[in-house]
Amino acid sequence: MTTTLPAYDEVVARYEPVIGLETHVELGTNTKMFCGCPTDFGGEPNTRVCPVCLGLPGSLPVANKAAIEATIRIGLALNCSIAEWCRFARKNYFYPDMPKDFQISQYDEPLCFDGYLDVEVGGELVRIGIERVHLEEDTGKTLHVGGATGRIHGATESLVDYNRAGIPLVEIVTKPVPGTGALAPEVARAYVTELRDVLRTLGVSDVRMEEGSLRCDVNTSLNLPGEEWGTRTETKNVNSLRSVERAVRSEMLRQASVLDAGGKITQETRHFHEDTGDTTPGRSKETATDYRYFPEPDLVPLAPDPAWVAELKAALPELPRLHRRRLQEQWGLSDLDMQSVLNAGAVELIEATVAAGATPAAARKWWLGELSRRANETGVELADVGATPEQVAELQGLVDAGKLNDKLARTVLEGVVAGEGSPTEVMTNRNLEVVSDTGALTAAVDEAIAANPDVADKIRSGKVAAAGALVGAVMKTTRGQADAKTVRELILERLGAQG
Amino acid sequence: MSELIKLTATEIAGLVAKGETSAVEVTQAHLDRIAAVDDRVHAFLHVDTEGALAAARRVDERRAAGEELGPLAGVPVAVKDVLTTKGVPTTVGSKILEGWRPPYDSTIVQRLRDAGTVMLGKTNMDEFAMGSSTEYSAYGPTHNPWDLDRIPGGSGGGSAAALAAYEAPLSIGSDTGGSIRQPGAVTGTVGAKPTYGGTSRYGLVAFSSSLDTPGPCARTVLDAALLHQVIGGHDPRDSTSIPQPVPDVVGAAKLGATGDLTGVKLGVVTEFTGEGAEPGVLAAFRESVDALAKLGAEIVEVSCPHFRYALPAYYLIAPSECSSNLARFDGVRFGLRVGDDGNRSLEEVMSLTREAGFGAEVKRRIMIGTYALSSGYYDAYYGQAQKVRTLITRDFTAAFEQVDALISPTTPFVAFPIGARTADPYQMYLADLFTIPTNLYGGPGISVPCGLSDGLPVGLQVMAPTMADDRMYRVAAALESVVGTFTPPAL
Amino acid sequence: MAAISREEVAHLARLSRLAVTEEELDTFAGQLDVILQSVAQVGEVAAADIPPTSHSVPLTNVLREDVVTPCLTPEEALSGAPDVDQQRFRVPRILDEDVAS
Ligand SMILES: [Mg+2]
Ligand SMILES: [Zn+2]
Repeated sequence: MTTTLPAYDEVVARYEPVIGLETHVELGTNTKMFCGCPTDFGGEPNTRVCPVCLGLPGSLPVANKAAIEATIRIGLALNCSIAEWCRFARKNYFYPDMPKDFQISQYDEPLCFDGYLDVEVGGELVRIGIERVHLEEDTGKTLHVGGATGRIHGATESLVDYNRAGIPLVEIVTKPVPGTGALAPEVARAYVTELRDVLRTLGVSDVRMEEGSLRCDVNTSLNLPGEEWGTRTETKNVNSLRSVERAVRSEMLRQASVLDAGGKITQETRHFHEDTGDTTPGRSKETATDYRYFPEPDLVPLAPDPAWVAELKAALPELPRLHRRRLQEQWGLSDLDMQSVLNAGAVELIEATVAAGATPAAARKWWLGELSRRANETGVELADVGATPEQVAELQGLVDAGKLNDKLARTVLEGVVAGEGSPTEVMTNRNLEVVSDTGALTAAVDEAIAANPDVADKIRSGKVAAAGALVGAVMKTTRGQADAKTVRELILERLGAQG
Repeated sequence: MSELIKLTATEIAGLVAKGETSAVEVTQAHLDRIAAVDDRVHAFLHVDTEGALAAARRVDERRAAGEELGPLAGVPVAVKDVLTTKGVPTTVGSKILEGWRPPYDSTIVQRLRDAGTVMLGKTNMDEFAMGSSTEYSAYGPTHNPWDLDRIPGGSGGGSAAALAAYEAPLSIGSDTGGSIRQPGAVTGTVGAKPTYGGTSRYGLVAFSSSLDTPGPCARTVLDAALLHQVIGGHDPRDSTSIPQPVPDVVGAAKLGATGDLTGVKLGVVTEFTGEGAEPGVLAAFRESVDALAKLGAEIVEVSCPHFRYALPAYYLIAPSECSSNLARFDGVRFGLRVGDDGNRSLEEVMSLTREAGFGAEVKRRIMIGTYALSSGYYDAYYGQAQKVRTLITRDFTAAFEQVDALISPTTPFVAFPIGARTADPYQMYLADLFTIPTNLYGGPGISVPCGLSDGLPVGLQVMAPTMADDRMYRVAAALESVVGTFTPPAL
Repeated sequence: MAAISREEVAHLARLSRLAVTEEELDTFAGQLDVILQSVAQVGEVAAADIPPTSHSVPLTNVLREDVVTPCLTPEEALSGAPDVDQQRFRVPRILDEDVAS
């Protein structure tokens, strides 16, 4: 289609969007959902498989307790009710990366249901309803051979590796979210961001979108004000936070252009393309498979003990939004300052640095200043910049002890980032410590006084401001390793002047 | 014919333990018998001669070293080809698995090995255990040793025929709707379906997961109990395995063999002793009931009104589960692949593979199950069948409030001629009319020979409450003590 | 009245990945019809208030500790495969791009 898309402002002036999100999260358990094969990433193809996750005839699943526990914790963190009794179900469809040609999932009896997650967008709180949180198993990975760039289209054959097959996958489905208007794309992104932070705080997943441990499907529909919700499309393959936002926006524009032209939206799945930011049609609902769900007879029902659930609830960590609010208060930051900390992705780093002994102000100064600059320059995440919170705290400790001045500290930090060791090691090895030995300093001061008799006279006669010139000279002979304040005091003392 | 093959498992184990014969000698005798008669009986799909002799040698070595041997050490066992055996072909009677050598042992086979039994090979069966005559095996029918022109029952016809033909003293079957008990009945042997969850399904190629129950087959009740004891008990690899010890089935069989049933109350299932059963079958059954009464048992009539819905419910639940269980036979990871010419798509190749690899009965059941699970039909078919299952369970529960065990003929009719019922699938289904309720309920059931009708064996079924498997062994052993065992004409 | 038509059988065969022949369609349509009419008897039982039974063991919460157990070797894993390439299971080209999960 070559239709020109309408302007976004016009679209949101005429239509009301309703969005919804389905997120799949690979849990970070040691073993797979229904067998004892390890889940760690990488590994030669088909080395992390057994009769169960290969779906060999006769094999049977046994559910992983840690995965059930993680799912309940996610449900609790998302304010869900936890089912008193529920069953796994089989979702039947043929696909080569799914060893049994059915997926063990949950259907009308999810483990967690009816919750919400509050997210902040532009200073406003938006409550996203959570329909359900359930547990299922991941598929294997298929390599398409013979076509262009590994795509399925045009491939002549495919090769399947089942190492990922059976990894526990939690599916989190929101209720439809109406009423966000022009902010819909941002709300979608904020929700996934917040959800990711919650999951990370819970420690249940490494939530790396680029590695596929967190994946998103985005539902979008448009309707005229006051009318019923429109037909929705489901956009798949949305693999970054930025893409979540782009996918909603792009689908809003596309649907508006179809509706503007008097067309109808088809209920279908669409694929998001990272390169163009467009969506293209996939399977339409009319030809969709009938999954023939039925209760999984190889597994017995789950009936989480309420006492256990209560225990898990009591042990939940402080969740990101509340945690952030508490930190902001503790650190004494304005909303704007806190926002810049968040934008830099520095909350946890600053927190850890403070925990290692630095003041919040000092921690923030290093992470948002020198280290953020460096991360930007080298194009890495702040957390991967090469310095740990403990090292930053140690560096600040050296400054506070008078062993480093600001300039030296920055040099030391460079050494730390370059992998030369801890701040103390870099300081010692590069001989960067502030010269505090008064004998040596006094000699340097006397030398400076002797070399600049007129300046010395001026100072003696009370023109204290002239001391700056002598400080500079001393700093030069000590190669910057003296504390300027101490030098100045010493000069005034030697010349009998008052500071 | 070596006398060794006529011995019971109990007797063989005793002789081996005492050193009066060797496991190798016993094994060789059975291998010789198989070589002599199996071209006519066709009980085996695969005979593992080398594996069997090696296992027998290990038993003899252990005995020689003074090691303590289990109660069945050195006894040959034939295993239904539905259980995986590491490195030994496992076909489930289907073309789709021809040549497949599993990389792992089923729990039951593992336990058989650990117990020092000697696995002779894999027995014939209806494809994927779907059938009641073993005629639906992709590898040709098994013949009933009582009359080689007749069926040996099914789906475990191979395991039952191997016993009746003295090719093995023990065998393993699996019972989804009667596949252990019905072959036992029509071959004059003993077949026990344990409580569902009492024997592990790990490594049992699934037909209908919520019903499939592996269990023991033997020529005597005590032998069946000993085998049950060896293979039964909790298995953490099967989520539906009951975490309790096996009821004392061996003790119960020995108690029953004393011929005293004083204080035992038995219920004759009214619905299974009227029309629907052959007169000869009913006559043999009635005589046995009188015999049980003479042993001191109190006999009452018990009505189970919902049993008449068991067959239709079963033929919805089992096909539904099978349609899903058999999806994995897609030519990707194991087994047959057909039509991969470099041009056809995976979808086409999968469909051609399954079309060529599955027999007609399997295809019928897959399609019935697919239909019953489809949205729009689910509630009326699968959903309703599951409610019937509840009602049948209630019938059993109510009955067991009145009686200790229920009894009925095992099958409505004796072994029928090969080919007699294949034209009409539903006529074949009727063979399991009396055995199916137990599967839907999950309780144990045993078939024990109770007489002959026109020279063909008739079985009596004892059904007990779940996890009261010992009760059925006691009753079966008591009956056996008065009617004896039945020997087919010489082959 | 027939419970199932020839076209429905064809649909079921497609859903089940069975490349049935024209001849089989006729046979199966008749047979499935007989079977489905017979099993439809389950509908005679008024069961509005009867809970369904999906499992016959009264067990719940059968769970496994999250502990790694030995895997198959890749040789064992691939030993039964009809076609293998690069230590992976080789399959012909796949038509349908959509994967639900
Ligand atoms: Mg899903
Ligand atoms: Zn595994």
